[in-house]
Amino acid sequence: MNELIEATNVTKNYRGVRALDDVTLSISENSITGLLGRNGAGKTTLMSLLTAQDFLTSGSVKVFGEDPLENDKVLSRMCFIRESQRYPNNFKVRHVLAAGENFYPDWDAELAASLVEEFRLPAGRQVEKLSRGMRSSVGILLGLASRAPITIFDEPYLGLDATARQQFYDVLLREYAENPRTIVLSTHLIDEVSGLLSDVLVLNDGRLVMAGAADDLRQRATVLTGKDDRVAIVAAGLPVLHREALGAYTALTVDARLDDERRALAQSMSVEIQPVSLQTLVVRAGLSETAGAADRTLSTIGGAR
Amino acid sequence: MIDDGRPIFQQIAEDLERQILDGTLPEESQAPSTNELAAFHRINPATAAKGLNELVASGILYKKRGIGMFVSTGAHDKVLAIRRDDFQREYVEPLLAEARRLGIEQSHLLVMIKGGRV
Repeated sequence: MNELIEATNVTKNYRGVRALDDVTLSISENSITGLLGRNGAGKTTLMSLLTAQDFLTSGSVKVFGEDPLENDKVLSRMCFIRESQRYPNNFKVRHVLAAGENFYPDWDAELAASLVEEFRLPAGRQVEKLSRGMRSSVGILLGLASRAPITIFDEPYLGLDATARQQFYDVLLREYAENPRTIVLSTHLIDEVSGLLSDVLVLNDGRLVMAGAADDLRQRATVLTGKDDRVAIVAAGLPVLHREALGAYTALTVDARLDDERRALAQSMSVEIQPVSLQTLVVRAGLSETAGAADRTLSTIGGAR
Repeated sequence: MIDDGRPIFQQIAEDLERQILDGTLPEESQAPSTNELAAFHRINPATAAKGLNELVASGILYKKRGIGMFVSTGAHDKVLAIRRDDFQREYVEPLLAEARRLGIEQSHLLVMIKGGRV
């Protein structure tokens, strides 16, 4: 597939703190990419660099094959909605819509108007005085109605309840089905969105620790539970991501899918086999205690795509 | 109905197979489109398309250009044959393994299967 965004050896320091450390990744056209990782992992920094809202310390970013920095041709085709998106004082919801129409060449006024209805936004109210959830809805509306070929959402749904989030997913899918485009979404609610994602990037401590197709990652790791010595026999030679024990009862997460031979062995030894959800896999990748061991195994498969 | 761990496209394909098997989707009827599947299951349309394409590859669905996907004639029997092949591995083998763990002898197991009391 066509790579729309390419970051190569990107490093970013903030006053001596390394926010991103030698990150190389690509995002392909019309993918819905989940950018995952703990708070402070570097997600927002990465998104700011991809949209040229911040300067690189070293490395390079190419969007549509060009440097996005002060590049109108590139930037007018990107929309970045920040988690803490600020709006000018006294800006009412309808001013935001007017600004969107001015700024984004592909702005869809009809979609914007229908989303105002659907999200029940008061068009005449000042944005800064709206509730947290409503401000999130304004951001979602801006992002979707921009119809920008690359739309980036940073934690788009702070303050939104479960119903409103489902609404966001439904609108996002509907909009994506009608007008496919490239969407990047940072989130902590991995279980909720995992079905929507085609691709996943996981950052931990400023480094890219996992990258790949969501479906590949979903079936990548396995949890083995049972008596410790038997689990050890079934797991022999497999890279271990995590271990939990309750006396002799052990739950071992291995970074592998089991072949039929191991499955049969597990069955005969009363060892239970369970797949690892995307959320659990990401949690394992982000646990600093095991990060050393986990990152090494993960990054060998991660990194290159 | 989508669970973790298994590839979603595979679950989509199996779900459609189940519908063909129980008559929800009769032969020569139109299968749901990629976007309909995506909206229904709240999944990425590419994943839904992959599920549909699995079934096209195995001849269970076929494409009508510009219209959509349809259930092939003979798809019901084809799915049935595949499911019967899988039955041993998916149902019988785990049953035998659990019976062994519990010390249930095969002769007892047979009586249970026939619906008798042990």
